[in-house]
Amino acid sequence: MSDSHELEHSIEAHTDELLPDPGLPEHHWRPTDVDPRAERRAERQVATFFGLSVLCTVLFVVFYVTLRTGINGQKIIGLGASNVALGLTLGGAFLFIGIGVIQWARKLMADVELVEERHPASSSAEDRSATLAALQAGLEESGIARRPLIRNTLIGSVGLLIAPAVVMLRDLGPLPGDKLKHTVWTKNMRVVRDVVGTPIRPSDLEIGDLVNAEPEIIFGTSDGQPLPEGQVLEGADLQVAKAKAATVLLRMDPADIVSDVTRNWSIDGIVAYSKICTHVGCPISLNERTTHHLLCPCHQSTFDLADSGKVIFGPAGRHLPQLPIGVDSEGYIVALSDYPEPVGPSFWERDTKSPSEIADEWSKENGQ
Amino acid sequence: MSVDTSKVATSNTSAATAKQPTRIGKITQWSDERLGLAAMGKKNLRKIFPDHWSFMLGEIALWSFVVLLITGVFLTLWFKPSMADVTYQGSYPNLRGIEMSQAYASSLDISFDVRGGLLLRQMHHWAAMLFIAAMMIHLLRVFFTGAHRKPRELNWVIGSLLLILGTLEGFTGYSLPDDLLSGTGVRAADGFIQAIPIVGTYIGFFLFGGEFPGDSIIPRLYTIHVLLIPGLLLALIAAHMLLLVYHKHTQWPGPGRKETNVVGYPMLPVYAAKAGGFFFITFGVTAIMGAVLSLNPVWKFGPYDPTKVTAGSQPDWYMGWPDGALRIMPGWESHFWGHTWSWNIFVPVILMPTLSWILLTILPFLEAWITGDKREHHLLQRPRNAPTRTAFMVSLMTWYAMFWLAGGNDLIAIKLHSSINNITYALRVLVFVGPAIAFFITRRWCIALQRHDNETLLHGYETGVIMRSPEGGYSEKHLAINEAKAYAITVRDRGPEGAGEDDGPTAKGKTTLRDRLRTLYYADDVQKPTVEELEEAHHHAEHEAHALAGIEGHAADGHQFDGHHLVEDENLRGDHQH
Repeated sequence: MSDSHELEHSIEAHTDELLPDPGLPEHHWRPTDVDPRAERRAERQVATFFGLSVLCTVLFVVFYVTLRTGINGQKIIGLGASNVALGLTLGGAFLFIGIGVIQWARKLMADVELVEERHPASSSAEDRSATLAALQAGLEESGIARRPLIRNTLIGSVGLLIAPAVVMLRDLGPLPGDKLKHTVWTKNMRVVRDVVGTPIRPSDLEIGDLVNAEPEIIFGTSDGQPLPEGQVLEGADLQVAKAKAATVLLRMDPADIVSDVTRNWSIDGIVAYSKICTHVGCPISLNERTTHHLLCPCHQSTFDLADSGKVIFGPAGRHLPQLPIGVDSEGYIVALSDYPEPVGPSFWERDTKSPSEIADEWSKENGQ
Repeated sequence: MSVDTSKVATSNTSAATAKQPTRIGKITQWSDERLGLAAMGKKNLRKIFPDHWSFMLGEIALWSFVVLLITGVFLTLWFKPSMADVTYQGSYPNLRGIEMSQAYASSLDISFDVRGGLLLRQMHHWAAMLFIAAMMIHLLRVFFTGAHRKPRELNWVIGSLLLILGTLEGFTGYSLPDDLLSGTGVRAADGFIQAIPIVGTYIGFFLFGGEFPGDSIIPRLYTIHVLLIPGLLLALIAAHMLLLVYHKHTQWPGPGRKETNVVGYPMLPVYAAKAGGFFFITFGVTAIMGAVLSLNPVWKFGPYDPTKVTAGSQPDWYMGWPDGALRIMPGWESHFWGHTWSWNIFVPVILMPTLSWILLTILPFLEAWITGDKREHHLLQRPRNAPTRTAFMVSLMTWYAMFWLAGGNDLIAIKLHSSINNITYALRVLVFVGPAIAFFITRRWCIALQRHDNETLLHGYETGVIMRSPEGGYSEKHLAINEAKAYAITVRDRGPEGAGEDDGPTAKGKTTLRDRLRTLYYADDVQKPTVEELEEAHHHAEHEAHALAGIEGHAADGHQFDGHHLVEDENLRGDHQH
């Protein structure tokens, strides 16, 4: 009984044997097994590797103490000496142990191949039926099958425990609301240079000039005057505002402008567009002067600034939003409104329209 | 199992012959009385592991992970995962006085002011690259040799989980320093999340604690990077290893190596020494890479500023393929009822990687479903002996490679002085055509190699010795390959019929999809010769040898000069009697 069972519970051997199995090849002794000198030599080699490791570790400590780190540290072939020395000695300290141990295993440890029988991954049929029986007995004794009321209420109550976990996640962040649809640009806000915050006159720009710009509020001023304390953007609010409001100004020959919308929202050939790519939101600023194309360095979407920011190449699906600009009483470039459409990457709640539709709506709202 | 160690290094054998209770014996007794580990030790301490260079690939992944844990713990001692604004006052003059996040400032401190800090950073980053590369190559090894077959399918699934978690772990890791490059990656990730229909905006706001960039994402990624994913990775690696031990390692067929046994060296001492030693080698190599190969010099990129970006921005190599897909995807968006659906983002970075990962995960089940093979397999297959499987994986690799190339389309354009537009258009075609060509070539190649195997089995290998017949015809002398090699070649299934699947083609007389796939799977497969063919061939060879013997005058029979034998003292011209 148990014998036949043993037979059943074995790995199904391979199909037809074409040739007889010659059996394991004969074991050959290594030089280190038969020649005491080779053996001692291998022993010395292994010990030498361990010794080299010790040397490296000592050097590591020495270099740690003696070499300066950072930009003023010593240099070796243009690299920081501290990093190179620490890395090489640490590497050596580990590597030599590894080499030594493996050399030991290859030359001195027994190298006779052993055979072990395999067993099927499954348990024996006996074990399996015993387990099933135990499982059934357990379930039976719990009465879970006979008491559906208990079972169902238990499943229900445990399942509902997911609710607190999910509810707790609610405060991870605020709801989107319409935050993605607006930026900090407002009517008559000055367009200023993005690093220094100085306002820009149209005459400051030559044809082909591209300026990275921001709304003036980013620098805590309004028409050149400091804003009151509470209105200055700081920390995360500042970063969020910058991330959406970034703008490029480009002056081109007014005759090059092909779209009416672009022309209406420009002054003397100066156009303002969102700097945030409509693909996945990288800031764009690679300008090709002769074609007034703007290329995104992340995924190479290319937009035509003479034609409402139309996509002419790459994976972006939508034109680049244009900022209507004008000039204030002091002659500085200002925005005529916020961006007339959401800037940056697409999102589900975004209502996407063509530039001319957007311009029509904008004209109605702004009475122009 | 007793081993003849009579000659093995005498210094090693003394311990084994001691009669008195040794110190080790006492320790074993003490711990066994409390932990009862002796039963497990008896089974496992001398467990046999087969040897082959390709079995080391998974080890590289394992040990890289250990290097990651060690260097990672050290890095956490100095890294500050905070987006709070600070003014940098550290020792790097080019950025002194500049506003930046605390995360970036502490990354600079680690790089410049902590001795060995830069080494730790570079080792950690290199180990991460190695970890993922080793996992992928290990995966290929497993698949090409059929080690994913029953009973190891679940270990394949665990491996596939490890691969995706490792990739996410890498992404969260390189996002932490908050330099301009890593911030650009996070910016793009925000764009990906927003592109998920219906819930994308909400997920984005919850993950970032509001709008991008906010001040929560780095601390949150940090928790995911140092706690959540490493915990999962550890647990899955443990499960992977336990299953490996339980199933026992696969082995290559050969004399004495059968489906029912495993031949190799015992865990203690040989395998423990080799594998343990290999940890030191992996660590050492990573340290040397960290010493001399600079990567991710965050100080050069400057702090993240959402209004800036550098040209040539690219993610780490393993994120290159979805990035490439993103680059070559046409700009398709749907606009309807006040909503926007960005196919141009959703398809390449959400849908395509998800489906690819699912396909990868179910490959063993898919293959078993097609072949109907329900047997356990412990002997590895040579890639040529499963032409369709091999070709399919090479096809997937080509698909991956084309996307990966696309991830560097800008750099290719610059280096090759060609148009990025043309490169992009070409890759749009190549991602589909390339895998098809690769499939065809690989499959035919495998089949040709199968033919070659049969050729050597039946007619021997080419000796390079040219014979001239009395009629003046020339022929090359072939000699039989050695017994062991011939045996190893012939240990393989004989097609679907020989595979012995118990649920063969459906009997209802209807050809199902599965039947058609099975036919395609085995189509043109060259079977090993039959016993009759083999005997016939040997008979023929003997006959030929006999026919030649007369004219040879016992001169060189070719055996001597084929590089397989010693040629000293050979008589080249036979015995000249005249």
